[in-house]
Formats: sequence, C-alpha cells, structure tokens
Amino acid sequence: MAVGKKDIECPPYAEGTPLSDEDIKSGKVTYVEDHPDIRYSWTAGQAISRFLNGLKEGKILGVKCNKCGRIMVPPRMFCELCFKPIDDWVELKDTGTVQTFSISYIDPDARPLPEPIIVAVIAIDGASPNMGIMHILDEVKPEDVYIGMKVKAVWKSEEEREGAITDIKYWKPLEG
Amino acid sequence: MEVEKISGLKFHKKQDVAIVGAGMTTFKRRLNETGRELSYMAVKQALEEAGMTLDDIEMVVMGSAPDTFDGLHMKGEYLLDGSGGSDRPYMRVFVGGGTGVFAPIAGYWHVASGLADICLVVCEEKMSSSYPHPQSAFKYIWDPILDRPLNPNLIWIFALEMRRYMHVHDIKHEDIALVSVKNKANALDHPCAQVAGKITVEDVLNSEPMALPVRRLDVSPPSDGAAALIMVAPHIARQVTDNPVWVTGVGWALDTTWWTNRDLYFPRYVAEAAKMAYRMAHITDPRKEIDVAEPYDPFDYKELHHMEGLGLAKKGEAPILTREGVTARDGDLPTCPSGGLLGVGNPIAATMGVKACELYWQLAYRAGKRQVAKEVTTGVCQAWGDLMQVGTVMVMSNKR
Ligand SMILES: [Zn+2]
Repeated sequence: MAVGKKDIECPPYAEGTPLSDEDIKSGKVTYVEDHPDIRYSWTAGQAISRFLNGLKEGKILGVKCNKCGRIMVPPRMFCELCFKPIDDWVELKDTGTVQTFSISYIDPDARPLPEPIIVAVIAIDGASPNMGIMHILDEVKPEDVYIGMKVKAVWKSEEEREGAITDIKYWKPLEG
Repeated sequence: MEVEKISGLKFHKKQDVAIVGAGMTTFKRRLNETGRELSYMAVKQALEEAGMTLDDIEMVVMGSAPDTFDGLHMKGEYLLDGSGGSDRPYMRVFVGGGTGVFAPIAGYWHVASGLADICLVVCEEKMSSSYPHPQSAFKYIWDPILDRPLNPNLIWIFALEMRRYMHVHDIKHEDIALVSVKNKANALDHPCAQVAGKITVEDVLNSEPMALPVRRLDVSPPSDGAAALIMVAPHIARQVTDNPVWVTGVGWALDTTWWTNRDLYFPRYVAEAAKMAYRMAHITDPRKEIDVAEPYDPFDYKELHHMEGLGLAKKGEAPILTREGVTARDGDLPTCPSGGLLGVGNPIAATMGVKACELYWQLAYRAGKRQVAKEVTTGVCQAWGDLMQVGTVMVMSNKR
C-alpha cells in the first residue's frame, strides 16, 4: 500500500462530460430510448378497503386503539405504536382544520397547471389531534387560506361516488 | 405523543474507523457517462487520495436511490463493476435521499465490526435517464390509493412541511432564502458545482412559483454524479496517512409513514438519529462541540430545519443564526461550506460528495478555497429522505 496524496486540494478534478438538452435533440449524443408500459393493480387491503367503502357511503371512517387511546385516520388494521390490532371503527365528521397548505402551480410531471390548486393537510374532526389526510381545497382564494381554518368536505353525488379518495371532490371553508 | 424511540442502544465496536480518501465527479443536469463510468471515476479519485489500488479494497458498499430514475431494476448489480465490487463482499443500501450519509454509515459498520479493515463506499445517481424530467419518476413515491388520485407532485410534501415550519416559528421567506443565497455563493468555489452563483434574496422571492411557499430558487436541481470514500481500520490508517479523519458517531432513524399524522414543524427523524450519533461520539452540547456542519439542503428551509433537528440551533433559531452570519464559511458554525445540494447539485445518493466527503475534506484541511476560516476538530453531516421520514447522521473528528 502506498502513502496517499495528501497535499492536494479536494476534489482534485471534476470529471464527467456535461450535455445539454440540445445535444440530445440534435442527435449529438449516442442514446437509446424506450417507453415501458407496466400496469399495476393495487389491492387496498383490509383497512383502506373499508375506508374507501365508507367514502362511497359519504362517511369518513377512522379506527381506535384502546391501548394508546388514539383515534386514527387514515385507518389501519394495526396500531403502529402499540403494534396490536385496532379495537374499533369510528365514524368521524366530514369537517376538519387546515394544518398546513400549499398553492401548487405544477402537475405530477412538473408541467404548469392552467390554474394553481390548493393542497392541504386537514386534521379530521373526531380523530385525535394532528390526525390528518392530504386533500384539495377549493371555493376559497389562495390568499384567504390560513393554518387553523375550519373546512368541510364537498362530496360527489351518491351516483358518482366509486369508493375512492376523490369521492370527496375537495374541502371548502366551513364559514363564509 | 413523544415516544422514546432509541433506548438501550449499545455500541460495541471491534475497532475505530478512519476515512483516508474521497472522490467525486462533477455534478451536472445531464452527463454523457453511464452510472458505471461515473462510479469508476469517483472511486479512482478516492483510491488516488488514499494511495491504494482496488486490490487493497476488501469490501464495497454501494448507495443509489430509486431504480425508477434509471428504468432498470437490480441497479446495485448494474453498478457493481464501476464500483469495484466484483469478486468481493458487496451490498447496496438505499434510504431515499438519506442514502448519501447512510451508505458511509453502512461502510462504518463493515469496519467497526472487524469484518473488514478496508471498505470502499460508492454512491451514484443518474437522474437524467428519466426523460424529459425526473419529476415523472418521483411521482411513484406517493401512496397509489390515497395520494396519487389527487395528482400530487413530490414538491407538495416539502411545501407542506416548509409552511408548517414557517407558521409555528413565525419565520419569513426572506430569512429562509438567505440559505439559498449562501449555499449557491459557497458553491462558486466548488469545481463540481452545477448551479453556483451570486444571487439575492429578491431573486429567490421572485423566482417561478412551484408549490408555494416553494419557489424555483428554494430548490436544488436534479443531477447526475457519483462520489466515493474509503474507510479503514486504525492500523491501515497509520500506513497511508499522518492525518486520518475518524468517524466518531453514526445514527439513523425513521419516523412513521403516516406523515399526515405528524406535526411537520420539527424533524424528529433527524433528532433521533442525531441523539444516537452524539451519544456514540460523547457529544453533549452539539452547538458548542461541532465546528463545521453539512446538513442536508435539498431545499433552503431544509438546512434550517435540519440544523434544529441536529441540535445546532434551538427550535426556530436557525434562521436567526443564518441572518447573523454564524453559518457563513467564516462564521462560528460554518454550515454547508461545500455549497451543498442547493449550489453543487442534488444527485440523490451521490450527494455523499458534498456531505460525508466534504466533511472529511474540511477536517483533513484539504477543502482548498472552500476551507472554513475557523480551526476545526469535529463536524457533523446529515442526510434525509423517503416520505420526510429518514434521518442519517455521521459525526467525524480529526482527533481520535
Ligand atoms: Zn395504540
């Protein structure tokens, strides 16, 4: 084993060959393209299946653990803190409090949205403190949203509901 | 509900662990080289600094983030040859963005346990293969049943966390933007930097909105790159150098996947990991005992958030330290002197180059123009990732 180079500034050099988008578009780079089409079908499992069926009936369901006393949403079949099965199912209210929010200008692929949308974590009334879900806010201007704002679910009509998180169209301010 | 998560941890080690060499490629939005070629380049530099050849390497740890970027499974195996991993014990580790410090932690336990005397750690990321933008691969991090139907962008979780942090401590965006200004300026002295520059707070506040409060200049860019470092037992360190840098503490922790059930204002995942690392390193007052820090800074607020998780600032105090210049390269607690992810770039796992590698270079006094002004003995680096869940922390010292 040799003694290492210890009198150098590090990193000693910055190797690698940068390319621009233009290099790819103009064919200056040797590359191969592929568009895999892989399909999935996710089973929702014991707890979330029941939660989604509840949404279809216009209800938000939570679960209770008698050991730690928490009422949890989204529901789960076991309490992750006590590591035991949950004890009860509880119907929660379809109102809640904005815990935090963001005004999104981009879609999942980072392309600009035609109109910004408001996303929030909403703590659901009837569950333990901080028990929130992520969802969309509407019928409110971005500048009027605040942390602590009370909101209410706006549901799809019964015929439109299909047992999905989007059975709640969005949440709107409880007052005003 | 505060639960003591790390209790009764016992640290039995067979031998101390030193770092004796590191290397990294340039970080750029798109590099011509493949992941294997980038890994090879980073390893070559690390071997050169250590004065070793690949024959000296006993075991190899590779870190690389989601396979989705590459469109290729078994990425650990794919990267094997470039990482110098063939014909020896080799493993890949992965905890999302936390990998950049988790991979050296895994290298540490290879040597500390006595299983190996010389372990090479390599981290690689090639995000540009996901075309036209890696954001399209990032969306597969979301829960397919509860989250994805809402058409989320990954930036949402950071925006939600940033807003909560700002709200609880009444922090202004101006104070957070100072981190981006500082790190991009620091990166001007880094030869591998992708987005170094002199910018102002106004530039950040006026940059394109992505998911408010997050704007374009609050965020680090996607990058291609690789980094490597060499971890050895004390008797090897003595052979190759007079000035090894010792790993004195490691820690890692994850918080629950039910992230909408947590108060996002404080990174408990970092605090728990730091508690473990500090206990191991016998550090009781990190603010006084840590001389230089490389907390994970994929977003400007994240540096502040993580400083508080690392106990380098009280809750809500990190923006004040930043405003007062404490975290500048010539300050009392230089933070991200490398230029960080915000300035040098964010090739997820390969950010080891600006975290663990940079800390090693700072403590070995080989950071060149980036060397912090104050005298340094002990430093901390940290990474973070998954669904705002994982904290990975490593403490190093140039005194044993
Ligand atoms: Zn419980």
